[in-house]
Amino acid sequence: MNYVDLFRVTLPETVLEIAALLVLVVDLGVVRKAALQMRLAVAAIVGIAGCGVAIWSLSMQGSTGLTYGAGNDLILLGVGGYIAAAQVGILVLTALTLLLLTGSVFTRNAGEYVAIVLMAAAGGLLIAAAQDLLVIFIGLELLSLGLYVLTAFAKASAKSAEAAMKYYLFGGMSAAFLLFGFSYLYGLTGSTNLHQILLQLHNGDLYQATPLLNVSVVLIVTGLGFKVAAVPFHLWAPDTYEGAPAPAAAFIASVSKVASFALLIGIATAAVHVFDVPGNAAASGQQLHLGFGGPWMVLLVTLSTASMVLGNLAALVQVSVRRLLAYSAIAHAGYILTAVAFFSYSPLSTNAILYYILTYGLTIIGAFGVISVVERATGSDRVDAFLGLQKRNPLLAAVLLVLFLSLAGIPPLVGFWAKFNLFAAVLSVSAGVVPFTLVALAVAMSAVSLYYYLQVLKRAYVMPAVDDTPIKAHPVTLIVLVAIAAAVVLMGCFPTVLQNWIAGF
Amino acid sequence: MLAWTIYLSFAGALIEALLPKGKAGLARWFALCIALLGLLHAVGGFIQGIGQGRNVIVDVPWVPSMGIHFLLAADGISRVLVLLTGLAAVAGILFSWNVEHRTNEFFAFYLALIGGVYGVFLSFDLFLLFVFYEIAIVPKYFLIAIWGSTRREYGAMKLALYSFVGSAMVLIGLLAAYSTAGSHSTSLIDLAHAGLPVSFQMWCFPLVFIGFAILAGMWPFHTWAPTGHVAAPTAASMLLAGVVMKLGAYGCLRVGMGLFPRGLDAWGWTFLGIGSWRDVFAILAVIGIVYGALVALAQTDFKFVIGYSSVSHMGFVLLGLMTLNQIGVTGAVLQMFSHGVIAGLLFAIVGRVVYDRTHTRQFAELEPMHLARRLPFAAWAFVIAGMASMGLPGFSGFVAELQVLIGAWIAKPWWTVAAGLGIVIGVAYTWRALQKAFFGDRLPTAEEHPKIGWPDLGAITWPEITGVALLTLTSFAVGLYPRILLDTIEPAVKALLAGGGQ
Amino acid sequence: MNELTTGFPILTLLTVLPLVGAAIALFSGKHARFVALVSALVSLAVAILIWMRLPIDGSIGMVEHAAWVPSLGIEYHLGVDGLGALMLVLSAIITLMSIDAVQREHHNPGLFFCLVLILESGLFGSFTALNFFHWFMYWELSLIPAFFLIKLWGGQRRGSAATQFFVYTMAGSVALLVSFLAVFLSTGSMNFIKLAQLASTGALEQMVTAHLGPVTMWLAIGVLAGFAVKVPLMPFHTWLPEAYAEAPSPVTMLLTGAMSKMGVYGLIRIALPLFGHQISQIRTPLLVLAATTVVMGAWAAAAQKDLKRVFAYSSVNHLGYCLLGIFALAVPAASHAAQASQAAALNGVILQMFNHGITAAALFWFIAMIQMRTGGHRGIEDFGGLRKPAPVFAGLMGIALFSSLGLPGLNGFVGEFLIFRGVFPLAWVAATVSILGLLITAAVILTVIQKVFTGPVAPHCTNFPDLHYGERMALAPVIGLMFLIGLLPQLIVDSVNPTVINLLAHWRF
Repeated sequence: MNYVDLFRVTLPETVLEIAALLVLVVDLGVVRKAALQMRLAVAAIVGIAGCGVAIWSLSMQGSTGLTYGAGNDLILLGVGGYIAAAQVGILVLTALTLLLLTGSVFTRNAGEYVAIVLMAAAGGLLIAAAQDLLVIFIGLELLSLGLYVLTAFAKASAKSAEAAMKYYLFGGMSAAFLLFGFSYLYGLTGSTNLHQILLQLHNGDLYQATPLLNVSVVLIVTGLGFKVAAVPFHLWAPDTYEGAPAPAAAFIASVSKVASFALLIGIATAAVHVFDVPGNAAASGQQLHLGFGGPWMVLLVTLSTASMVLGNLAALVQVSVRRLLAYSAIAHAGYILTAVAFFSYSPLSTNAILYYILTYGLTIIGAFGVISVVERATGSDRVDAFLGLQKRNPLLAAVLLVLFLSLAGIPPLVGFWAKFNLFAAVLSVSAGVVPFTLVALAVAMSAVSLYYYLQVLKRAYVMPAVDDTPIKAHPVTLIVLVAIAAAVVLMGCFPTVLQNWIAGF
Repeated sequence: MLAWTIYLSFAGALIEALLPKGKAGLARWFALCIALLGLLHAVGGFIQGIGQGRNVIVDVPWVPSMGIHFLLAADGISRVLVLLTGLAAVAGILFSWNVEHRTNEFFAFYLALIGGVYGVFLSFDLFLLFVFYEIAIVPKYFLIAIWGSTRREYGAMKLALYSFVGSAMVLIGLLAAYSTAGSHSTSLIDLAHAGLPVSFQMWCFPLVFIGFAILAGMWPFHTWAPTGHVAAPTAASMLLAGVVMKLGAYGCLRVGMGLFPRGLDAWGWTFLGIGSWRDVFAILAVIGIVYGALVALAQTDFKFVIGYSSVSHMGFVLLGLMTLNQIGVTGAVLQMFSHGVIAGLLFAIVGRVVYDRTHTRQFAELEPMHLARRLPFAAWAFVIAGMASMGLPGFSGFVAELQVLIGAWIAKPWWTVAAGLGIVIGVAYTWRALQKAFFGDRLPTAEEHPKIGWPDLGAITWPEITGVALLTLTSFAVGLYPRILLDTIEPAVKALLAGGGQ
Repeated sequence: MNELTTGFPILTLLTVLPLVGAAIALFSGKHARFVALVSALVSLAVAILIWMRLPIDGSIGMVEHAAWVPSLGIEYHLGVDGLGALMLVLSAIITLMSIDAVQREHHNPGLFFCLVLILESGLFGSFTALNFFHWFMYWELSLIPAFFLIKLWGGQRRGSAATQFFVYTMAGSVALLVSFLAVFLSTGSMNFIKLAQLASTGALEQMVTAHLGPVTMWLAIGVLAGFAVKVPLMPFHTWLPEAYAEAPSPVTMLLTGAMSKMGVYGLIRIALPLFGHQISQIRTPLLVLAATTVVMGAWAAAAQKDLKRVFAYSSVNHLGYCLLGIFALAVPAASHAAQASQAAALNGVILQMFNHGITAAALFWFIAMIQMRTGGHRGIEDFGGLRKPAPVFAGLMGIALFSSLGLPGLNGFVGEFLIFRGVFPLAWVAATVSILGLLITAAVILTVIQKVFTGPVAPHCTNFPDLHYGERMALAPVIGLMFLIGLLPQLIVDSVNPTVINLLAHWRF
């Protein structure tokens, strides 16, 4: 390992950090006296520019990752492949959440907000690429700490503070679990490198036998389950989604999810990769998809099942659209976990998961955008706040229609393709009763999900408006939302574009 | 030529949504033009297709990595059902001429639904078929929820969820078939030749079949149908009964039976005389026929009678499919067409001609109105539609149901007996509805002029007359000369049955 | 062969004519009656033309044959023999009478005459069809207008009467349909002639048994049930008195005069040729039912207080003779004598169909006149001494009544005589029992004559206007026809007899 390599590989993160500092400087130094909207706009523009440069800088990373160790054979940070795709996704989604800032009034600290977003995004980039326990942990903390602050950013709102406190407490605890689990792993194998750990476990025939390994896997899954808000570690999600300012909630729902699942892909890939090492393949033929072995898959299957069922059922009774989205996010996490549980080294699984989470992130940002506009006009995120939206702002209603139907998985919108891709991947990498049952459950549950999405759409389109006054949206917001909706439709009609893009890395 | 039916409808829906609001007339005429163009293409495609087998219309790779193609093709069954869709679409618009509330949105959803239906009938790629199938669900929901009547939100939600649950089952089956076949193609033709293992077909067939049959109104998954039909606005109930239920039946035939023909094989053991999925579904179909008819007999709401009658009539379609013989399946397809036309007509009369004028559908309130005198057009149109519906010879329903009955008799005679019972009850409920709604016994006397005490019902408008004429003449023409359709259906059914699928 | 059979589709023309008339009548408002009269007259003329141009050998002529739905064995197949042609003439006459009997001031005449003419078309169609589908279509087609005629213009309880009528007949139709389905499945044909040929060699039963097992008997029963309702045969008759009584009299004329004949016609054209053997096997119970119909019909007529119901039941009784004749002749005839008896019975049945049509229609016509003149009265006890204020009326109605009673010299006698002449050798017990029916009918009719025409003049009958000129002119041909047939039965028998011989030759019992 040398520092040139380090700089090369962490170029995007660096760009983001510089952009964050730049935002602060510009906000405090140049436009301090300007109106809030102006400051927000400037901060957002700088932040988006930062994201843009970071995306460009991805192409400067080169093709080899950051390695260390005696023969430079241990990878610290990966480069290219699904990692690059996830990173581009993170950056684009971050830029989109920044665009939603226009017209926001929840804070006066425009520069700080954008800076923290950028730093959190840098954490996201890190964990997407990390192949080492320590880097993973640092990245996670960088991301999480940013998210806690973002959640609390609406200083005037008690809800925001409460949500942040809950998020922080849960998050802190889960970080502790994760770290605890990592330490066991290190103790068992003497390495912090994912690949090395799994190789050790396999060679030492440890991967099924030790109770210690089981404990560590349980702890790690707990920590990661918290990040992706899988049941039963989901309790923070509804409160956070409800309490956080809309752009922050959008960020949490999209970018942090993308990063976390990229991390899961990383772990799963590493796990499967080990068994594909020549010489081991024959012996481990049957365990090809087992990853960590032991409780790893069982745990994921359990989390996935519980998330799908509970997330969807709990969403049925929500009256707050944000909470509804939170529970639906839990459900969506459940679907994806199915594919993580039944993973294969072939790019099929990776691509399907990425496809899902990226399109999901895009859609959910749009949804929060709509919510933020409605909230600003009505002061509430209750489903009844959407009454007569079709009359009050037809364009916004149309966007909502497209996004929610996509979340429900109605073809030809992109959400449908994502689901189809995902389930097809699960079934084609692993035959058997369990994966099939899980997919069947997921499909059945997405039928249930239509009910609550329709509850919102029903108010927007069907039920009479209580208040007929038109809702005005900031033109930039509107343009962003329409663009997102258009992307959802177009990607749905031409699903290969994104698929090829992901596969092209 | 046929593919244009799809493109036209979707483009029409888009343009319709963008038309300036408040110009109802423009929206109507535009929708009518689109529907007429669609019908024109459907008729053109039908005529072109006479004497031809299956022909591929469009075949473009869509998702090459998964072997998904945008593959539109048509065989005789498709052509007939596309024709039906064209007719139902035009008639539905004619009977929606009085929609004043959010007119352009109404027609936008309407045309989107039509486009989805055309798509399903023309898709020969399983995936594409499923996409179109789902596309049809959403507009349906909004059409009912926004423009419906009695308990519309409940009815709409129930319908949407039932449809979605059904399609979820189909999706599961689709995924399973796709991954089991491993052929990396979702073309129906390829999948049918993939040689899916019998044991797989055994469990996948019922899954997919039930998934589709939910939308076809198969007992006991039919409960969405009456509430949905009743809640829906006239045009939507016409489409629901006319074509959407046919989507389900078509899916059962094309996908369920086409891909998993061995799923109908005997299990090797019998329980209470039931020895295969075929027996199970045939019995459910027969129960549906009789049950739907019996329940229709007990209704007090005019539209519920028609709603349940649809369940009963669709039972014939499913029974016909389960006969697995040439004549029975042909009858089922013909019955799809026939019921599409007749149910559309019945719903149009009940919903548009009667309900929009009297604002009640309760027999108790309709009876003293003596509509036979005040709306003779409605009364006689219903008489004709009722005759067609109860399967009197000379109308399309007779030939269709006759073929189903014959097919069922060849398969298992007692099915025919039970289904025949359904026909008898069918006569009874139709006649009962007819009497109660139009020919009430409480005649106003000469002094008590009927006009007193009731609002003016308004004259019958030209779109209604045109619509009734269109559907009646179609049913009549097919009834008197069924060969116009049978000559097209028969070879397609033959090929489908012989090919062990496609 | 004459030129009509080769090319010109005269039977189609005959069937379509009333439909055209119906369409015109529907839109001609007050002039509908005139339109209907013209239409019915033209139809009668065509029917008589057909009757006169029949093949002499009693075979089926004027055949029109075209494929329709080959997969279902459905063909457009028309043709008539002596039986069919006679029924065509009868239908045309009855329709004409019925239209004549309608009051001039009538509400919604357009629709009324439209329905009457559609009904006529249905009758023509079902008497000419030689393919089951085609025949069934007309059989049902005639049902609908009849229903509405009762439903819309009937008396107090028209609703239930119409429904009963409809439901009963429809149930019978389903039985017929199911049976024919089975036959079609076994043979692949719906062609009556072809099926009859199969049956005459016993192949039909073999084919049915081969396809469906030993169900031929059940099929026969299904077909019989379908016709039995229409005729009606006891115990399927309960719809009849209600319907006849509640229907407006012109419609009752159509019901009893023509529509009830569809059932008898069906038995002769379809049931006996196809299922003769089965019918002969259950001949005894059928004869019991037929005899019951005869006796109980007459007995029930005696118990009625309403003139219309009296004649309704008496219709049941009269048609019972037809059934008696038909069932009695369903027996293998070894000897010449037996064959002669069969021929006599069948001739009698056909004659009786015609005569009962004319007579019963005339009687209901008279009742219509009574009702019109007395403002709706039609109870037996409501009248008295009508012959004093209205001698011509009393005289003419008396003739019709005597014809119904079966007085020699009038038309009613010939048919009943021939039936009994044929039935006695074939089934003497049934015949003997049925004689009882004759006696009771006589008593009933004499009672009617006595109560209505004789005795002191009832108070509201003193101003009973006699028949005016127009009515006399309208009735004269009918009464004349009664005498004509009574005195010269060979007018009909000569044209029917070859057909009868022809039919009997092809039946297998």
